[in-house]
Amino acid sequence: MDPMKLFPAVLAALLLAGCAGFPTTADQVREAKPAAPELAIQSWRTEQGAKVLFVPSPALPMLDVRLVMDAGSARDGDLPGVAALTSALLGEGAEGLSVDEIARGFEDRGASFSTGSYQDMGVISLRTLSRPRWREDAVDLLARVIGTPTFPQGALERIRTSALQGLKMEKQVPGPQVNKTFQSTLFGDHPYGHPQSGTLDSLPAIERADLVAFHQRYYAAGNAVIALVGDVSREQAEAIAEKLSGALPRGDAAPELARAERLKERVTEHVDFPSNQTHILIGNQATWRGNPDHVPLYVGNYILGGGGFASLLTQEVREQKGFVYGISSYFKPMAAGGPFILQLQTANENADQALALTMGIVRDFIKNGPTEAQLEAAKANILGSRALETADNSDIIGQLGAIGFYDLPLDYLQRFNRRVEAVTVEDIRAAFQCALDADRLAIVSIGPRAPEADGQ
Amino acid sequence: MKPLLIALGLSLMTLTAHAELPTHEFQLDNGLDVLVREDHRAPVITVMVWFKAGSIDEAPYETGLAHVLEHMMFKGSKRLDAGEFSRTVARFGGSDNAFTSYDFTAYFQQYEASRLPLALELEAERLKNLKIDDESFRRELQVVMEERRQRTDDKPTALAWEKFQAVARPGTGYAHPIIGWRDQLAQLQPEQARSWYQRFYVPGNATLVIAGDVTPEQVRPLVEKFFADLPQGETPPRPETTLNPPPGERRLTLRLPVRVPALYMSYNVPSLTTADHQDDFYALTMLGGVLDGGISARMESNLVRGQRVAAGVGAGYDGLQRGNGTFTITATPNPEVSLDALETAIKAEIEKIAQQPPSEAEMDRVRAGVLASQIYQRDSVMGQAMELGTLSVLGLDWRLAQQFDDNLEAVTPEQVQQAARDWLVAERSAVAHVIPEGEE
Repeated sequence: MDPMKLFPAVLAALLLAGCAGFPTTADQVREAKPAAPELAIQSWRTEQGAKVLFVPSPALPMLDVRLVMDAGSARDGDLPGVAALTSALLGEGAEGLSVDEIARGFEDRGASFSTGSYQDMGVISLRTLSRPRWREDAVDLLARVIGTPTFPQGALERIRTSALQGLKMEKQVPGPQVNKTFQSTLFGDHPYGHPQSGTLDSLPAIERADLVAFHQRYYAAGNAVIALVGDVSREQAEAIAEKLSGALPRGDAAPELARAERLKERVTEHVDFPSNQTHILIGNQATWRGNPDHVPLYVGNYILGGGGFASLLTQEVREQKGFVYGISSYFKPMAAGGPFILQLQTANENADQALALTMGIVRDFIKNGPTEAQLEAAKANILGSRALETADNSDIIGQLGAIGFYDLPLDYLQRFNRRVEAVTVEDIRAAFQCALDADRLAIVSIGPRAPEADGQ
Repeated sequence: MKPLLIALGLSLMTLTAHAELPTHEFQLDNGLDVLVREDHRAPVITVMVWFKAGSIDEAPYETGLAHVLEHMMFKGSKRLDAGEFSRTVARFGGSDNAFTSYDFTAYFQQYEASRLPLALELEAERLKNLKIDDESFRRELQVVMEERRQRTDDKPTALAWEKFQAVARPGTGYAHPIIGWRDQLAQLQPEQARSWYQRFYVPGNATLVIAGDVTPEQVRPLVEKFFADLPQGETPPRPETTLNPPPGERRLTLRLPVRVPALYMSYNVPSLTTADHQDDFYALTMLGGVLDGGISARMESNLVRGQRVAAGVGAGYDGLQRGNGTFTITATPNPEVSLDALETAIKAEIEKIAQQPPSEAEMDRVRAGVLASQIYQRDSVMGQAMELGTLSVLGLDWRLAQQFDDNLEAVTPEQVQQAARDWLVAERSAVAHVIPEGEE
């Protein structure tokens, strides 16, 4: 037999085996277009001016309510920590109700009430069973707690003491210290520059009257977004939103803050600390909510440092070199600005090399952008994971809070998907070059010795 | 305003039933246990594989090995290069990770629901064909050393906790840290990881949990296709754990670079698996709730708010363990309050219950919290998979979760009082005072 004749058949068989490849299910799964459920968000305004977002979710007998106020630490003014203390003292007393009565009022019904304070937002959350007999009590109690807080002097002293203890404990460990230094390096005197939880100097100066005034101004109905997800009807949701916004002080939205400015040159800061690892933060003011480049920056950052094990930084600095356990990057778009933040922690003796390697990757990414293959993989991940982002009521309430607070369109998630589909390598490169300059990044570190930057 | 349980009455049954979702179980011939939870609310799935292999199974010279092997499960197999597992998951819109505990090691993948076959194929591949390459092992060990520096060595409270656990749980596999003692961790060898994998990663020692938008009809053929050819191997022998005699009172003073002192207290108590009577488990659960089931519970009401001796305090019973349980209290004193005074105040709260049973109102509040949290937990597919897996690796029936509130309902205030008397006693206690270096 002519061996040449056999050859193509053998080759074909080999190729076939190669094509089948691994995982064998990949082709089958690739053909199934991943479901991306669309959130049908209903929205309206209450009589007092609060914006409401609602998604009915009848599958479980529960209800999540979230109020998002423009009442974060950016509104602290010259009293760093006043937003955080105001938030922490909600629930410590209301007209005719002691802290114990409030706590029992929620917990007797299996309801959970919590508050949180962030740079832009003051957030109030209630999770309750949705049957009217428990839900109505829990919502009534919530309305009294947020509408008529008494800010008892004793509670202020107690929570202040606990907050000061917390600040002292932060000095035991490297992370919080380097984060605060990074924040002040990037934002200086801008409302995003000071620590949200206040300082050892600022907390003792805050008085009860400051909390009362902060609540009156920033927990006003016109400054609130109310999000609801759960087993209630539209009519019930409307009644709940009216009750809550009716309980809040009357008032308008807080004025817009001035946009944060970028650092104009490379800034390096180091905090001396006897740790085993050097923590390094790299970044600059780079974006804001409403930035038209949001999608290219998001997708690009997924490739650079946002995509976990799939990201360039993790592959090169962790997997290839073993320098770090954690390395990641993200853009944090907020109302008046938003940093690009890259963080890594590495053994002190590797800090120089890890920093140089990381800076090289960042510089290269800003200059060249991703490859087509990287972009394709990123799109596949982002578009393929949409279902996971709205699967739980907890996920949905978070999305509603952000969409309402930042005035995003109700079909924001669908628009986002369409923009991701369309984004190109060139879009990402251009957006990164517009948002970031490798020569003007802050490098902030903590450890026994300042790491040597790349000398560029 | 009526408390939940009083108002609840007959509707308790319907409420629970409403939240119950179909669960299916089967076993392959090679011994692999499979649990399927159907939840069709959203088109998502969680696939987990759980191994009865955790840090308590490590010999004293190989601490940290279970966790290092967990890392190596992402570092390549016959048909996947190092890192390719996670890159493939990501490419199909999923996310994946793993965690190692004292009692088990568990791996998860989360996806949109059409990715189920891929998830199962990927998981089966690394169970059959893991490759532990020497060079890759050494590099990953460096990563784990960084993890240890980050989680423990640079956190004085974590270091304190590690030292405390060594004394709080003497003579058990819980006495060494999951991540391993630093010096031993640094010396682990690839051969040890290979042998761990061969010994513990066999089908009879694992449970596959699939939760989300799936049906058993869909799952079963896929599981058989990818997992049925795993060789049965030998299921590793594991000693039955029993209730230990009291280890004796232990006290520890730790001087560390902390800025704020801390108090740790831990009692050696029965777990659900070691209790002579299961009533003990439920009574201790109620005791944990009465002391610290929320901001209206006694610790917060009396020590943080009332006497203001603590800036923060937490108490809890962990009775879902393969070995014995722990009842643990951690607290931070307010300035000017000594650790001795704080310890005395905490013990007085325990003594109060030992003297006088809790009120019915307190009992109802604890049960309301448990009942509501069971419904809230159904909001998360991952949370449901976690619940099934946790019970399975402890050798417990998953149905137990559904009987949990009925069993709590049966606990009397007197049983809670008796639990405090029986178990929260000096000869079962370990106490650590963590003090800033250079202070008295």
